[in-house]
Amino acid sequence: MTEKHIRVLVAKPGLDGHDRGAKVIARALRDAGMEVIYTGLRQTPEQIVAAAIQEDVDVVAMSLLSGAHNHLFPKVVELLKEKDATDILVLGGGVIPDADIPFLKEKGVAEIFTPGTPTNDVVEYIKSQVK
Amino acid sequence: MDLIKKAQEGGHRAIARLISLAENEGPEAAAVLKELYSATGQAHIVGITGPPGAGKSTLTDKLVKKLREKGNKVAILAVDPTSPFTGGAILGDRVRMSDLNLDPGVYIRSLATRGRLGGLSKATHYAVKILDACGFDYIFIETVGVGQSEVDIVRTADTTLVISVPGLGDDIQAIKAGILEIGDIFVVNKADRDGANRVVIELQMMLGLNAEKSGWIPPIFMTVADQNQGVAEVIQAITDHFTQLVESGQLVKRRKDRLQREVLELLIIRITNHITNKLDRQGEMDQLIEKMMDKEIDPYSLVEKLLAENLK
Repeated sequence: MTEKHIRVLVAKPGLDGHDRGAKVIARALRDAGMEVIYTGLRQTPEQIVAAAIQEDVDVVAMSLLSGAHNHLFPKVVELLKEKDATDILVLGGGVIPDADIPFLKEKGVAEIFTPGTPTNDVVEYIKSQVK
Repeated sequence: MDLIKKAQEGGHRAIARLISLAENEGPEAAAVLKELYSATGQAHIVGITGPPGAGKSTLTDKLVKKLREKGNKVAILAVDPTSPFTGGAILGDRVRMSDLNLDPGVYIRSLATRGRLGGLSKATHYAVKILDACGFDYIFIETVGVGQSEVDIVRTADTTLVISVPGLGDDIQAIKAGILEIGDIFVVNKADRDGANRVVIELQMMLGLNAEKSGWIPPIFMTVADQNQGVAEVIQAITDHFTQLVESGQLVKRRKDRLQREVLELLIIRITNHITNKLDRQGEMDQLIEKMMDKEIDPYSLVEKLLAENLK
């Protein structure tokens, strides 16, 4: 039996065009041995969920710097639930004020990683959560 | 199996799960493949290969959209290399195919090569069978063509498209001997750039030396994929090629060759694993290596001995 590879979808929902952070995370996850499906900019929640399902990912990691996280992140969680895919771990990053984090977690985002987080923390978190 | 039923009804999640099962080669993988085998053989498998930056994903996106207009169900397998150092991969072909995400008649899956040198992972072959059995009319396999990796794709696909692009420095590099022998259709993409005509002429010259293979003269097309130019002609060529394969009996021949190769490959893997697992279990492998280092036994005699012991 082959070794299990953790598959992560890295997506940017919404309209901001700042993808450096997403790319940094994508590379860090690749260097940790994960398979990263990078879907690029300006994805709608529907597109993100459709891709996550087709790719049978373990994790959906979203980066957002436009301020629309309180709407878009929970929307992705909700759509995953509709598609019976609640086993997928949902993570967020980008410009997310600390004050918004409890709300997002309550809505089903497992963890938020804000700017300055060592990429290794993200790697270790994912490895600890994905069986 | 319930999952198979859902997949054959078109459920993307079920299809995705089946592909993962096969990719991870767990105990259920064999059961899935056995059950689906009799439903395979309907899809037209199209390989798309070429150097990085040639515009394969963009072209695939446009080709698929055209096929969808005619009501075809299309699956796309986008294969990217696994890093030999970290075991990870960045699979970014979906970026160019975002529009197709929400089309229920299109299924896109990104696969990493996972250490396989031929350019296609083992999982790709399993995924093709699964998708074929789930009723897709076309299955596109997109891979990066570098070095020897084109070989795998031509053995897996019914029709292989080779994509080149002008301005890569040494144009002939993109037209190595191996590719000329395997390509059924040649496309010079980004044809609005300088040097496009030269690439076409070079291809014509090199192809001229090889002439036709089995009644099909590989056509060369110029496209500007991101402007949707030249796409309709390529679709027509793909359809024409399939017709020619069927009429000439080549399709049947290629599929028979494919089956033979697959069985042989699987046999080799299973026999090798059987022998090496046994050696590992008994801790013998290290001892044998020591013996060879001390020149007590040579590798060739060792292999004969192992075969004699294991294949009775």
